[in-house]
Amino acid sequence: MSATDTSTTLPSTAGRGGGSLGVARNLGLVIALVLLCVVGIITSGDRFASTDNMLTILRLAAVIGVVSIGMTFVITGGGIDLSVGAIVALSSVWATTTGTQSMADDFGWIVMVFSAVIVGTACGVVNGVLIAYGKIVPFIATLAMLASARGLAEIIADRKTQIITDQGFTDFFGAEPLGIPMIVIIFALVTLVGWFLLNRTTFGRRTFAVGGNPEAARLAGIKVQRHTVYLYALLGTTCGIAAVMLMSRTTTGSSTHGLGYELDAIAAVVIGGTLLSGGRGTVIGTLFGVIIFTTLTNVFTLNNLSTSAQAVAKGVIIVVAVLLQQRIADRKT
Amino acid sequence: MSTIHHRRRRGLALIGAIAAATLVLSACTNGSSSDDGANSTVDKSNTDNDKSGDKVVIGFSAPAADHGWMGAITKNAVAQAKQYDDIDLKVAEGTNDVNLQISQVETFINDKVDAIVLLPFDGAAMTAVARKAMDAGIIVINVDREFDSPFAARTTVLGDNYGMGVSAGTYVCDKANGDKNKVVAEIAGIDSLPLTQDRSRGFKDALTKCGLKVNNRVAAEFTVESGEKAASNLLQAAPKIDYLWNHDDDQGVGVLAAIKNANRKEFVMIGGAGSANVMRAIKADNTVLKATVIYPSTQAADAIKLARLLVQKKSMSDLSEIEVPRELKLSAPVVTKDNVDTYLKSAFES
Repeated sequence: MSATDTSTTLPSTAGRGGGSLGVARNLGLVIALVLLCVVGIITSGDRFASTDNMLTILRLAAVIGVVSIGMTFVITGGGIDLSVGAIVALSSVWATTTGTQSMADDFGWIVMVFSAVIVGTACGVVNGVLIAYGKIVPFIATLAMLASARGLAEIIADRKTQIITDQGFTDFFGAEPLGIPMIVIIFALVTLVGWFLLNRTTFGRRTFAVGGNPEAARLAGIKVQRHTVYLYALLGTTCGIAAVMLMSRTTTGSSTHGLGYELDAIAAVVIGGTLLSGGRGTVIGTLFGVIIFTTLTNVFTLNNLSTSAQAVAKGVIIVVAVLLQQRIADRKT
Repeated sequence: MSTIHHRRRRGLALIGAIAAATLVLSACTNGSSSDDGANSTVDKSNTDNDKSGDKVVIGFSAPAADHGWMGAITKNAVAQAKQYDDIDLKVAEGTNDVNLQISQVETFINDKVDAIVLLPFDGAAMTAVARKAMDAGIIVINVDREFDSPFAARTTVLGDNYGMGVSAGTYVCDKANGDKNKVVAEIAGIDSLPLTQDRSRGFKDALTKCGLKVNNRVAAEFTVESGEKAASNLLQAAPKIDYLWNHDDDQGVGVLAAIKNANRKEFVMIGGAGSANVMRAIKADNTVLKATVIYPSTQAADAIKLARLLVQKKSMSDLSEIEVPRELKLSAPVVTKDNVDTYLKSAFES
């Protein structure tokens, strides 16, 4: 009963998330992306505007993109997760140990996919339980997970790179049906499911409610603690999927995979227009955030520009995006 | 010193053509990689290999320059490319994210570059995309961290980690001069890395030959902070040391700080990798640092030269072989006060 009740009792909070405001904010992102593309075409011409290059951008965006979609849910729900990169590393290592790989030889490579997703989800559940029931601040709980998950990955892998021997796995995820790389298709599916989940289900409505005002949400009958665990578990699952994508791209599992993903994902989510304090979030915005950052990287690579210049540009874009976002929000409310 | 060189040469001679290439290459790079870059390579070449030829587009990608040696790798590669007006070098952003490094190589493939010089963050993880580049007809030169498939690169340029250990151990044996009671200590880098294990194995093997062993061994993590921590523990554990080999000059900054704090002077310290700081200290001769073993930061610069030769279908002028070799292992010479001026030019700033 509470399911339907919730969605009707909290229309204002939720409505703001995907309503007219969202359109305006996404408009800013579209303009930013178009500007970037114009810069790319002016500076690199056909090298930028080729199908091959578009696919290169999308392949690069896919791994971090899937993590960012999961991160959108956690941040919308009023949390934060610093451990995503470490979870990706641990999942990739767990799924490529000699034990898992010999099991995969017997039962098919799907075993590797399942173990990566299960390990990722389990880490997410641990994060969620520590935060919801252990009452540890998300920042601290996930910081602890960051350290221990990567440490555990190093122990399991003995800091070595584990090579995937199963040809079926690399063939499947390396395939390009209709000319579109498999990992880009997975990214598209995750984005679609994410958008549907956040905007068209009670799960999504509850996420906005929990992020906007946990106390009000509790009074409205939402089991806030349980929902928080779900959110972190969901992010863990996307980390597991990202690990599988990274495994297919590198044909390895390694404790060094996913370094710095937490900041990339949070940056993409925030410039996409999701409020860092929770209560407002947009999957489409996050998609744009990810694409904008990867396109930026691509334009810089095509033009032979240095690391340092790129880091400065990223910083400026984050600040400008957030400032714009505030201006637009002020005008609309 | 001369005995070391004889031993090294004898050992390397066994590898035949590769050995010759090694000596030629290290000779070349010593002259050519310095920043002010007087064209000493041109003088050394006895063919017209260095004359401007067909335009060569080379893509270059390496890990983030988070320590001095890695920074020097890219700097030397860029400086090398600038010496040829027929090279168009595209440098991708240095990164420790394999996902991003893969996409950089994909961009090079899209651009249809002639060759790719690749120092992978993780050799195994970059193998698949390197192979894709080779399949697309692009010449891939693998630097320092090896791919796990021979199909993924046309030529591989490597440093000699085992050789570093041998060089350091042989130097210690030389100094000990038959005295089997000398106390030897070792500060290694990250212990789980194959390169650290190779270095330690070489050091041990060389010491065994003259009846010495490693009495105290600790491992650091290539950073200044870890070097300081490991060294202070070691100095506590060993009240008297005769020889100390530190694997890496970047972490050596911390090691030296710990030695200074403990006020120890009774031993001879040997460095590793060959940073300019350490070489200047060797030259000044006023610290415990008396030698260092080089791990060339010019590997990528050599790879650029080889890529150019391969694309222009030239051969290495000092070899009788027509084709450029499949693998080049660069030498790991010992630098002391006597020969420091030769190597200081090509040293990296940490």
